Amino acid sequence: MTLIALAALVPLLPFLAAAAGLLLGGRAPGFVRPLAVLPVATSFVLAAVVAARQGTGAPTDGAHRLTVTGSVPIDVALHLDGFSVLVAVLVGLVATCVQLYSVAYLRDDPRYPSYAALVSLFTSAMLLVVYTGDLMVLLVGWEVMGICSYFLVGHYWETETARAASIKAFLVTKLGDVPFLIGVFALASDAHTFRITGILDAASHGQLHHPTVVALLLLAGVAGKSAQFPLHTWLPDAMAGPTPVSALIHAATMVAAGIYLVARLLPVFTASAAALAVLAATAAVTMVGSALAALAQDDIKRVLAYSTIGQLGYMAGALAVGDRDAAVFHLLSHGAFKALLFLGAGVVIHAAGTNSLTAMSRMGSLGKRVPDAMWTMGLALAALAALPPLSGFFSKESVLRAAEHASSGDTAHVPSAVGWTVLVAGLTAALLTAGYATRLFLLAFRGSGPDVADHGRQPVVMTTVLWVLAVPTLAFGGLTYRELPDWFGGAPLGPTLLTSVLGTGLALVGVLITYGAWSATTATRGSVPVGAVVAADPDAEPALIEIEAVATHEEIYGDIAAADDPGDPGRLLLGPLHPLAAHGFRLDAVYSALFVRPVLAAANLVRFLDREVIETYVRAAGGTPRLLGAAVRRAQNGNVQTYLSALLAGAVVLAVLVAVGG
Amino acid sequence: MHLAYPAVLAVLLFCVGLYGVLARRNAILVLMSVELMLNAVNLNLVAFDVWLRDTLHAGQALTLFTITIAAAEIGLGLAIVLLVFRHRGSSDIDRLTGLAEPHGPEVPHGPDATDARPAPAADDEKAEATA
Repeated sequence: MTLIALAALVPLLPFLAAAAGLLLGGRAPGFVRPLAVLPVATSFVLAAVVAARQGTGAPTDGAHRLTVTGSVPIDVALHLDGFSVLVAVLVGLVATCVQLYSVAYLRDDPRYPSYAALVSLFTSAMLLVVYTGDLMVLLVGWEVMGICSYFLVGHYWETETARAASIKAFLVTKLGDVPFLIGVFALASDAHTFRITGILDAASHGQLHHPTVVALLLLAGVAGKSAQFPLHTWLPDAMAGPTPVSALIHAATMVAAGIYLVARLLPVFTASAAALAVLAATAAVTMVGSALAALAQDDIKRVLAYSTIGQLGYMAGALAVGDRDAAVFHLLSHGAFKALLFLGAGVVIHAAGTNSLTAMSRMGSLGKRVPDAMWTMGLALAALAALPPLSGFFSKESVLRAAEHASSGDTAHVPSAVGWTVLVAGLTAALLTAGYATRLFLLAFRGSGPDVADHGRQPVVMTTVLWVLAVPTLAFGGLTYRELPDWFGGAPLGPTLLTSVLGTGLALVGVLITYGAWSATTATRGSVPVGAVVAADPDAEPALIEIEAVATHEEIYGDIAAADDPGDPGRLLLGPLHPLAAHGFRLDAVYSALFVRPVLAAANLVRFLDREVIETYVRAAGGTPRLLGAAVRRAQNGNVQTYLSALLAGAVVLAVLVAVGG
Repeated sequence: MHLAYPAVLAVLLFCVGLYGVLARRNAILVLMSVELMLNAVNLNLVAFDVWLRDTLHAGQALTLFTITIAAAEIGLGLAIVLLVFRHRGSSDIDRLTGLAEPHGPEVPHGPDATDARPAPAADDEKAEATA
């Protein structure tokens, strides 16, 4: 089979599985689990084969024109190069792990068939985005991912939180997608093609007439999808979805799609220094802000969500300094360890019966109950904090190296101010990232207090998946940073002495400070009991415990994101900033005042106008004939002779009129 | 003979008929008045046929038609009057006001309420027919 045909199979298999799952899921429950896992696993294997065959060779292109579509042609095109095949392998790996994990995590869920089918559909769309060589086809996958995300965040639509979160996720990403669509059209009208290769040609020959406008429009969509400031607010709320969904969609793959797109179209962005500056500023604000917010969150999954936003900020920063190799390198390693973190968090929530770090910090022996989760999450958190020799260290150093390179003005097209912004923000965020990673680990696994209720052994599938993902977390960066430049065809990615010493040093400082704060607050934690744990049935499926924990967090702790815990090291470290950070710097409140309330007020006004003004006309239009009818009805008395008399009178009048007038 | 004579006679006949239709109370007399009006028209038809010297005599032919139809109509009309009289004990047109708009609140006639009943019966008939 040719390479292109093989690559076409990769997105096709999960799509067929999704279609079959949606059609047959209710009728043939026995087929649902194999149908969920096997096609995705097969397409993972195929993606690996494609990657092996494509290797470091020249990009392979395949295109098929289904139909003539007017001025700018749309092709079903595949474009295989080092970026796309490697990202596809990551997507396949995480999707397979998540499908396996979900089998145990949602084992008794009545909506599992549709859930699994949607995850397959999502995987298929993401693979399409990764492989495609045509922006219109990419947009199809892009939007399918958006709608899958909407459905999966709202998987527990019985809870208010999930409903609100799914609508928010959908609307906020759509807010970015509209400018994105316009940007794609503008790009295509300049380049006269939707093919990415053609657009890149046009960009390198300077045929784009308004590169800044186009790049900014595209950036709006990227900010929405990849949860960058100021459109990031949907991602922390999206944690109301099941944990595997958070792992797949809102950590490893979909949110990375925006980064991947910028990486593919980087020449379009480097054509405009303004766009790079905006991207760098966005990335810097995102990195630092999200790290501060992560330090104050109480929900373990929200900590991870903010950390995802921050790591995406790193990738965006790498793109802003014009180094897509570093961005995709960080995307790959981050995808693996963040998926691991989320899946581990699912295990922890199951074992602890709560998603609140405050409650976990009052539990003894949680780490002993779930040793697999503790060790693998420890590894992944160390990777998140970029401690050597884990994969996160190498990828983050490659970003910092690129930023440092740009700050000295050595990168073409990139102003050195952009490099400085990314470098300083990246180093600050490295310190903060190490801080919140340490806080998460210490609060979750080093709590002291009464022993947590024994929920029995975690399902083997779930723990196995954790260890599978621990392998790339541990080894991916160190083993591949020498090989990857061949695949990406770019500059070396290895760590340089200066940035690694700075980055690692700051990370260690962050770890130590947080550890100190944690030790200092140990006594407070002991004296202030916060012992609210969800009393879910220990034998219930893990997802049920999570949904209950999410749904009751607000009523137990008074807030969806934060808990009023004086023994939280994050509170000590952030000081007066803590309440702000816990609520994402009140950005939601700002948006609510700026957009939500005006829209609601406008809707009320429209409703008033409709009810009171327009409906009055409608009622009058109906009422007037009725009144006339009532008047005429009185004449109908049943006496035929009266009718005939009236008829005669009418006829005479008409005749006279005709005679006189004619 | 001058055309005025039959025409005036027809007008007189028609006015007598019209008066009868509008003013008489007895349904049979009303029917008779209708016949008078028809015959006035017949008279006009024949008179104008002659006056116009129509070679096809369309007026006379149409008169024959009118007479035939009037006979059939009066047969039907008398039958209806007879039935009404048997039913009500009166043929007084003033009292036959069944077509009047009923006073008081309107009762909406849902089509569903009446249509729901016959459907199963039709099914039963079909079932019997197939059995």
